[in-house]
Amino acid sequence: MIPRGSIGRRLTLLLAGVAALLSLLSWGMVTGLARQAAERTQDNVLAASAITIAETLRSEQGEVRLELPYSAFSMLDAIGEDRVFYRVTAAGDLLTGYADLPPPDQGLAPGQVDFATGLYSDEVIRMASVLRVVLAGAQPIPVIVTVAQTRQGVDQIAAELSRLAAVLSVAFFVVAVALSAIAARTSLRPLNEIAAAVSRRGPSDLRPLRRAAPAELAPLMTALNRLMDRLGQSIRRSEDFIAEAAHRVRTPLATVRTQAEIALHSVSDETERQRLRGIIRAVDESSRSAGQLLDHATVAFRADDLARDPIDLADLARQTAATLEATAALRDIHLQLNLAPAKVAGDAVLLDSALRNVLDNAIKYSPEDTTVSITVSKLGAMGQITITDQGPGLGDGPVEALTERFRRGANTGGIVGSGLGLTIARDVVAAHGGHLALQHAENGRGACVSLVLPLA
Amino acid sequence: MRILGFALGVILSWTGAILAYEVEEERFYPGTGPVVLRVISTADLAVFEPYLRAFQTQRPDISIAYTVTSSTDLYAAIRDGAPFDLALSSAMDLQFQLANDGFARSYRSAMTADLPDWARWRDLIFAFSAERAVVVVNGERIAGLPLPATRQELIALLRDNPARFHGAVGTYDVRESGLGYLFATKETRSTDVYWRLVEVMGRLDPKLYCCSGQMIDDVAAGRLAMAYNVLGSYAAERLARDSGGRVQILRMEDFENIMLRTAIIPRNAEQVEAAGALIDLLLETGVRATADDWPLPPLGETGGADGAGFSPIRLGPALMVYLDPLNRRTFLAEWENAMEQR
Amino acid sequence: MRYLLVEDNLELAEALISRLVLDGHAVDHAATLAEAEDCLAAALYDLILLDVMLPDGDGREFLARSRTKIETPVIVLTARSQVSDRVGALDQGADDYITKPFDFSELEARCRAVLRRRGGAARNQITLGGCQFDPLSGTLSRGEMVLELKNREIRMLEVFARHPGQILSKAHLMDRLFSYDAAVTENAIEVYVGRLRRRIETVGLKIETVRGLGYRIETGAP
Repeated sequence: MIPRGSIGRRLTLLLAGVAALLSLLSWGMVTGLARQAAERTQDNVLAASAITIAETLRSEQGEVRLELPYSAFSMLDAIGEDRVFYRVTAAGDLLTGYADLPPPDQGLAPGQVDFATGLYSDEVIRMASVLRVVLAGAQPIPVIVTVAQTRQGVDQIAAELSRLAAVLSVAFFVVAVALSAIAARTSLRPLNEIAAAVSRRGPSDLRPLRRAAPAELAPLMTALNRLMDRLGQSIRRSEDFIAEAAHRVRTPLATVRTQAEIALHSVSDETERQRLRGIIRAVDESSRSAGQLLDHATVAFRADDLARDPIDLADLARQTAATLEATAALRDIHLQLNLAPAKVAGDAVLLDSALRNVLDNAIKYSPEDTTVSITVSKLGAMGQITITDQGPGLGDGPVEALTERFRRGANTGGIVGSGLGLTIARDVVAAHGGHLALQHAENGRGACVSLVLPLA
Repeated sequence: MRILGFALGVILSWTGAILAYEVEEERFYPGTGPVVLRVISTADLAVFEPYLRAFQTQRPDISIAYTVTSSTDLYAAIRDGAPFDLALSSAMDLQFQLANDGFARSYRSAMTADLPDWARWRDLIFAFSAERAVVVVNGERIAGLPLPATRQELIALLRDNPARFHGAVGTYDVRESGLGYLFATKETRSTDVYWRLVEVMGRLDPKLYCCSGQMIDDVAAGRLAMAYNVLGSYAAERLARDSGGRVQILRMEDFENIMLRTAIIPRNAEQVEAAGALIDLLLETGVRATADDWPLPPLGETGGADGAGFSPIRLGPALMVYLDPLNRRTFLAEWENAMEQR
Repeated sequence: MRYLLVEDNLELAEALISRLVLDGHAVDHAATLAEAEDCLAAALYDLILLDVMLPDGDGREFLARSRTKIETPVIVLTARSQVSDRVGALDQGADDYITKPFDFSELEARCRAVLRRRGGAARNQITLGGCQFDPLSGTLSRGEMVLELKNREIRMLEVFARHPGQILSKAHLMDRLFSYDAAVTENAIEVYVGRLRRRIETVGLKIETVRGLGYRIETGAP
């Protein structure tokens, strides 16, 4: 399975993206607001300055008099180091100040402050203008006071606040990313728990998962359970099919064999008898091959996902020997058990299969009235089951080649076998991290096969 | 550009840019290189030469053309676009006006960055010396009288001894001296006894001066018993030169006028780098902690032991208030009323 | 002994029955689980041979169901050799299993082994020329004298005991005693018969050679 991205990472990235967007947005908003606030402050100061100047207007001998109050200018320092310009006009004529300042809007109402932004002396300026009507003698004279200021202070305040906002936004972003990572991990925990619960299961545990899971995971759980159910059904169906197939094939074989045996009793002609014996042998051979092929397939299947149950090799040897005792007894072969406890972790079915194949071989190749010994012992970190027979031995050829698939010893004579027995045994112990040891028996007669397995 | 001419402009000749100012002193300090730094200043060479020498040891390649003029002439010259690379003036209000109206260009260096906020404005104008206005008295002419420490005591002294002080009190003619005008307007805002003091002085037939140098000379010579609002650095310098104990300096404890000597680089300056270098040197001397053998007091010195009273005139738009012709007219009218009441 | 054979394949059932009858056993046959239940309700059996795949159900389930009621030993006949299936059959309560197709001798041996494990039955003892022969435990006794026989000796003696007074050919004995995968010659039969003859002489039983025909056990009866 190739992992394509990670939900956790994607979630974190998504949340981080949202956080980045929010950070950017809040930074932009704070910057805008800060600028606005600074501009408003400047406007207020400019207005106050203009109004302060306007309030000193008076008429004296029919002339408009004015004294610029110190405070009107000193207050302009409040925002920052900005250049200041001003103009006072009476009935359109310049009274004092900078004549070339941009003119205020037309239709300025008395007492109302008009703000405007313009360009003066190569700089952007903000202007506040107020109109005051002064009675000079009997004549009302409109006086406009304009106070202007460059915007450096505003820019500076806005820039400083913007910088501060940027720092805060970055900090917010960093915290948000950290929290996002935590949140992503937390929200994915149920998923991981389910995964852990599934992977903790044994290879054949297909029971439905019964776990409290978040609503979002319910479809997954349902799908998983449905899949396991289908898988279970499918396995059961194929098992049933195999069973059915085996039954259909083997029952007629059994009939043939039994019939042939019966026929053997009623036939006295030696040629006929030989023929019947041939039939029986063929039946045996095919059934044995089929069995071993099935065993081999089972081993390959189960070894993929090996169970690790605690198993005592002594118990295993005792049980397996018991099922083969009758077969051995037929030929007066004595099964001798020398058992010492040796615990391993493994698949009981597979180990039984391995031992059975080795033991079956030993019984098959042993001459009558001999002993096959089964010894369970420990050797360092390994436990081993050793099967020693008094048969013809392993021949002179390379010992290791015997475990190759379909390879039979050179000296098997007329004994029925498919050659898979040792292969199965080897595959099983290899799947358990052990190995199969083939030796000639000590006294030079017979074979000695050991299943060597790491102790639990 | 401003169309409105200041009332100050009355004393300027408007015939041409070169003739817009009256040269009081002029000297050329040749350097090894082709660069000529043209400095226009209100400080006499006697005071300023040590700085120029120091600068030339640092930068021997730069020649300096140093021109001394009055603060109003300097203002008019820069406004008129006279070719200078650096303008040094004791009239901080006029310097400020130049900067505000866009006649200065900005300059930035490590030295300017180290300046306290009150000593610079917008990277356009830099203070390099803070000087207090003091009262200078002739010890012989006021012998036996208590030395005043505040303006109240000063008023009392003048009022109680009209015979001794009649015709023997000197101060700036604020109509002529930009610095005097600056000090006077600052005092009207800072202390409520100013007008009373002016009235008392007015009754004593005061002598009015354009410059502090002459005032100190007259005090030293015994022609004046007392000079009011004299720029401290000059006074101190003179004292150091001929200290016979006759000239004494009195500091007013109730309130002191502290003026900042400032530098700007004119908009049309050509040797900006050299001008900046000289500003840096002035600032280096200006921010030094103690007065040594430099003629001008440092920025910080005035804020020493009696730092509580240290409040230099602030560099800001408020400086423009009394430069406004309407305000100036009003103020001068009032001042004349008080001063010339005989 | 009385067997119940539960097997739906009639040909196999017939063949097995004829073989079991040949050995002197009584056999009831049931082709379905339902029939098997009927038989079990009607009679007592010494051993049940149970096929696992039957038209009306799984023999193992029947086994699990009836194990609580019936104590009769069961040998399962299975078509599968898969180990899990074997273990399953034993878990379900079978005494042993045998994979189809099987060597009849092996079936016989397993039956005997199961019966022996289950304690056997006295009525299975055979009286032979004044001796008591118990094929299950493999003992031959006359009075105080008890002779322990080996597996192959037991089986050969059983063949003779089932056919007292008859002449058994070497071929007949060979077929009954040996699997067909081993090439056993008639000389080997002579060796085995000779060995058994020497063993049972100690309790006074005699195997007589009938030249050209075979062997006969002398029961001592007139």
